[in-house]
Amino acid sequence: MSRLVIESRPERTVWAPIQVSLLAVLLTCLGGSVLFMIYGVPPLKGLDAIFIDPLRTSYGVGEILLKMAPLLLIAQGLAIGFRAQIWNIGAEGQLIVGAIAATALAIQFQGTTSPLLLPAMIIAGMMGGMVWAGIAALLRAQFNANEILVTFMLTSVALQLLYYLVAGPMRDPSGFNFPQSIRFDAAAKFPILIEGTRVNASLFIGLVASLIAVIFVQRSLVSYKMSVGGIAPAAATYAGYSSKKAIWLALLISGGAAGMAGVGEVSGPLGMLQRNISPGYGYAGIIVAVLGGLHPIGIIFASALMALVYVGGDFALLSLGVPNAVTGIFQGMLLTFYLACSFLLTSRIRWIKPDALKQEAPAD
Amino acid sequence: MVETPLLRLRGVTKAYPAVLANDAVDLDVMPGEIHAVLGENGAGKSTLMKIIYGSVRPDAGTVEWRGEQVDIQSPLKARDLGIGMVFQHFSLFETLTAAENISLAVPGTIADLSTRIRAASAQFGLDVEPDSRVQAMTVGERQRIEILRCILQEPKLIIMDEPTSVLPPQGIAKLFETLRRLASEGIGIIFISHKLDEIKALCDTATVMRGGRVVGVVDAKVEDARSLTRLMIGREIAAPSHSAERGDGHAVLEVAGLNHTPLDPFAPALKDISLTLRSGQITGIAGVSGNGQDALTRALAGEIVQGSQDAGTIVLEGAELGADTPDQRRTKGLHFVPEERLGRGAVPIHTLSENTGLTTHHAGLVNWGMVKLGKRRALAQGTIEAMDVRCGGPDATAQSLSGGNLQKFIVGRELALRPKVLIASQPTWGVDVGAAAAIRQKLIDLRDEGAAILIVSEEIEEIFEICDTIQVMFRGQLSPPVQAQTASIDDVGLAMAGDFDALVLREAAHV
Amino acid sequence: MDVLVFIVSGTLAAATALIFAAMGELVAEKSGVLNLGIEGMMATGAAMGFVAVSLSGSYTVGFVAAAVLGCLLSLVHAVLTLVFRADQTASGLAIGILGLGLSSAIGKSYEGRTVAGLPELNLGPLSDIPVIGEMFFQQDIMVYLSIALIFATWYVLTRTKLGLVIRAIGESPENAHALGLKVRLIRAGCVGFGGAMAGIGGAYMSTAYTPLWAEGMIAGRGWIVVALTVFGTWIVPRVAFGAYLFGSMSLLELSIQAFGWNIPSQAMSVLPYVVTIIMLAVISRNLAFIRLNSPASLGAVLKIS
Repeated sequence: MSRLVIESRPERTVWAPIQVSLLAVLLTCLGGSVLFMIYGVPPLKGLDAIFIDPLRTSYGVGEILLKMAPLLLIAQGLAIGFRAQIWNIGAEGQLIVGAIAATALAIQFQGTTSPLLLPAMIIAGMMGGMVWAGIAALLRAQFNANEILVTFMLTSVALQLLYYLVAGPMRDPSGFNFPQSIRFDAAAKFPILIEGTRVNASLFIGLVASLIAVIFVQRSLVSYKMSVGGIAPAAATYAGYSSKKAIWLALLISGGAAGMAGVGEVSGPLGMLQRNISPGYGYAGIIVAVLGGLHPIGIIFASALMALVYVGGDFALLSLGVPNAVTGIFQGMLLTFYLACSFLLTSRIRWIKPDALKQEAPAD
Repeated sequence: MVETPLLRLRGVTKAYPAVLANDAVDLDVMPGEIHAVLGENGAGKSTLMKIIYGSVRPDAGTVEWRGEQVDIQSPLKARDLGIGMVFQHFSLFETLTAAENISLAVPGTIADLSTRIRAASAQFGLDVEPDSRVQAMTVGERQRIEILRCILQEPKLIIMDEPTSVLPPQGIAKLFETLRRLASEGIGIIFISHKLDEIKALCDTATVMRGGRVVGVVDAKVEDARSLTRLMIGREIAAPSHSAERGDGHAVLEVAGLNHTPLDPFAPALKDISLTLRSGQITGIAGVSGNGQDALTRALAGEIVQGSQDAGTIVLEGAELGADTPDQRRTKGLHFVPEERLGRGAVPIHTLSENTGLTTHHAGLVNWGMVKLGKRRALAQGTIEAMDVRCGGPDATAQSLSGGNLQKFIVGRELALRPKVLIASQPTWGVDVGAAAAIRQKLIDLRDEGAAILIVSEEIEEIFEICDTIQVMFRGQLSPPVQAQTASIDDVGLAMAGDFDALVLREAAHV
Repeated sequence: MDVLVFIVSGTLAAATALIFAAMGELVAEKSGVLNLGIEGMMATGAAMGFVAVSLSGSYTVGFVAAAVLGCLLSLVHAVLTLVFRADQTASGLAIGILGLGLSSAIGKSYEGRTVAGLPELNLGPLSDIPVIGEMFFQQDIMVYLSIALIFATWYVLTRTKLGLVIRAIGESPENAHALGLKVRLIRAGCVGFGGAMAGIGGAYMSTAYTPLWAEGMIAGRGWIVVALTVFGTWIVPRVAFGAYLFGSMSLLELSIQAFGWNIPSQAMSVLPYVVTIIMLAVISRNLAFIRLNSPASLGAVLKIS
């Protein structure tokens, strides 16, 4: 009478998170196949369009790297909070406010060629994101208001603020009443990183941020304290770690990173402020952070995968006529399957044979 | 042999990944019998009871109920058969009333049940007010609800899991009275305990377990405590040794006029607590849990910040601690071993190395905000060796250790930094006998080096065994200190029920 | 009088979707499961309901289809959190995202179309009462059903054995399991009920209140619903009151447009979100009060085997 048992893993392994992520991707492909069949597309053809097609051309790869930059920045920031169980789901709003703050400078110093403009815009954008996230931090730390709800509500407010600004105060006066700002000068834009693509220097910033995140997570006392607060709040209280400090840090860092991502969009591929400045990077960043196992290295791979899904969704729309709602469903499936599989991080499944029972002697 | 046993277990076996919890266990319980299951922590009593109650399935063996073989798949099935259980940690719902709690397990309307509760209360001497909420109740009242909930299901067999561990001595006598009345109605009772005097006073037969096996079935009235102990432990446990060397007895920690109202409206407020911990002395705080011990230890350790309504001073070596956080207090030499190991004293999924950092980062383990991982690991390794922690090394997760080994690790971690003051809450609770003895010895060694120690414990025996002075906590108040050598267990027991006078008078007579 | 009639009858209609979703979420939370995916389930329900009504012409079919899909989606959350022990926050976000994607896929080819709208229920003489009749008795059937749902939810949670079991499981699933209560089943039932109600709420938006389907039309209502349970401190009448308060707020937006006041439309659009933030801060500030009323196990990973 052998049987399947689920038991907790005695030790952590490096491989478990990787296995879980790969399993989630595999299951998403299966789910995606069903989806394609519903749309009357042969599953392999559909999967090929999403996961392989974008990699065939340098244009496709360039687009992936372009979309990877904001996802990477946002997810690295969010993961710091998620590890501490502080859920900033409003990166989208912080991105918008960061973009607005940077645009304000670009408009103010229109015509300048100063090399200081872009750095100033970056700082302004990060400050913008931090202020927006800081509101949630203040309300959580001082009033115990749930940061999940507050950051979401603030995103809705940021969106309306954006609509208001591009329709009025920040509208290009000579833009035929289109709801968008002036086109940014060269001094207000990121230099192109790879010739022939739209990939700009904000990807470089994202990668540097990832490197810092690796050191921060593996070595810093602050990160250790925050993770204790997330896993075992009672232990953090016992140790004397301040939960308010963790709340402020988590939200300010993630807000700053999202604000930076916002600058990357307006000073990058868009070159202006407009109503649609993000195809939901702030929300996709949540998925990237979780899918990357909340680990800085994992997040790099996860952001590349998510960028691939974004670009692949566009490709599928063009080549197969599949609506790009597919992108959203793929993203949702990735996260859902990852969560379903992630019990394998702490548990393992084993076959137990009855004669094996007696050989396992008591530990003490 | 004419009577059929109520319950008959044969060859019951249950294995967990790291331990064989029950190994071919046999057990017979007759109707109207009070049957003790005796064993130290980790002997397999709890697993056996869970099997009988249907919350754990055995790997092998048979269960017979009133002569027929049964498969108890769930607690629901157990209750249908007529098996009831009173848990050690009460499974009551705080926000519900007594009657509502009972109605979750017993069919009938609330009004109907209230009547039955009152009737059963009177019959078995179990005072319970059906309409009051559990939140505001004492531990004794809660246990009475548990027992009533059990009785009203009209069981043939009741399992009592260490029911006396939460009661003051006077409450124990009352409980025994109730149990005897139940047995006289023909109900079988399985009484789990590791306290020999209770078993001799109450039980007919005792099944003794050790390491998952039954090592003896004896007549509880006939056996003496020594023979039972040898059977239960399998070896003699050395009493802790005391050395002559002591500290100078100066006051290390002085608490004066401490008042605190906790956030939880049903937890007792601390009222005018005064306490002095001296170098080379162990002070024990006895008392039934839930009388403010938690708030007191948190206040001393710095986990709770005093609110505006609160007052009092905590002075360490002449300097007031004020609003110092726990880590600041630790740098000044005040360390704390909390009651809960997993989740408070240690982070379950963190390694022992990481868990070492929980309270020791200030001791030269951090440079420019970066943790010195090698040094932290070495400190963990040192603790593991010093305390003889059985584990897979510094990279084993905290949750992979047994309760006793994890507790040894946590105590060792605090000891490694040579505390001036050590506060330990229930340091040996739920720990196997060997580990408990080792921990007690380490505490005594620390005292002998001149540290001031505070032990909060529910076990009077432990307090008397290792403490120099004893104070009793009741409803947020602390009794004056008495000398352990001259105090009587009875007086401390009375004080645990709120009568501080007896304690003080007797102490005065000695002076 | 006309203004009063407009406000009361308008509030009742505007709050209906919130009432359905909030009562569902309240029941799920009472059992200890936080479902942050309400937005996605309302959106899916809105798309499904609209498509079903368009195809079948039957509102019954529309609401049933929306309820079934909302329920199915929420059961994914139930499986993730109850079987695979996933974090409730992460899982809720996951199905929220999944639901939004699903809604956009389902409603793609119906974007911008309209349906007839749910007719008023003729209550005969009641509807003819001047003022009172106009305020309360010239509504569609879902408005009345939503009011009935408030009473039913209150009755079940506070006056029945089932409610007692739900509250007990919400306080301590471990104790409930030890007592032999079917914790996973009851929780899954509560979550599924919540999903179905969110689906109906969404469908009401797209087939009766607006009535049209447009992507993003739920516009944060699902999140306001989650906030409402905190605002109402998990007490049925207070949550319902909150829903009507928010309903009247969206009315304000309409009236300002109607009166032609010169306030940027965006300023009115942010009102519900800003009010939600302020209310959350005010209510949550009283820690002891929140702790006394919130289901103790809410959001915690299930520990029973």
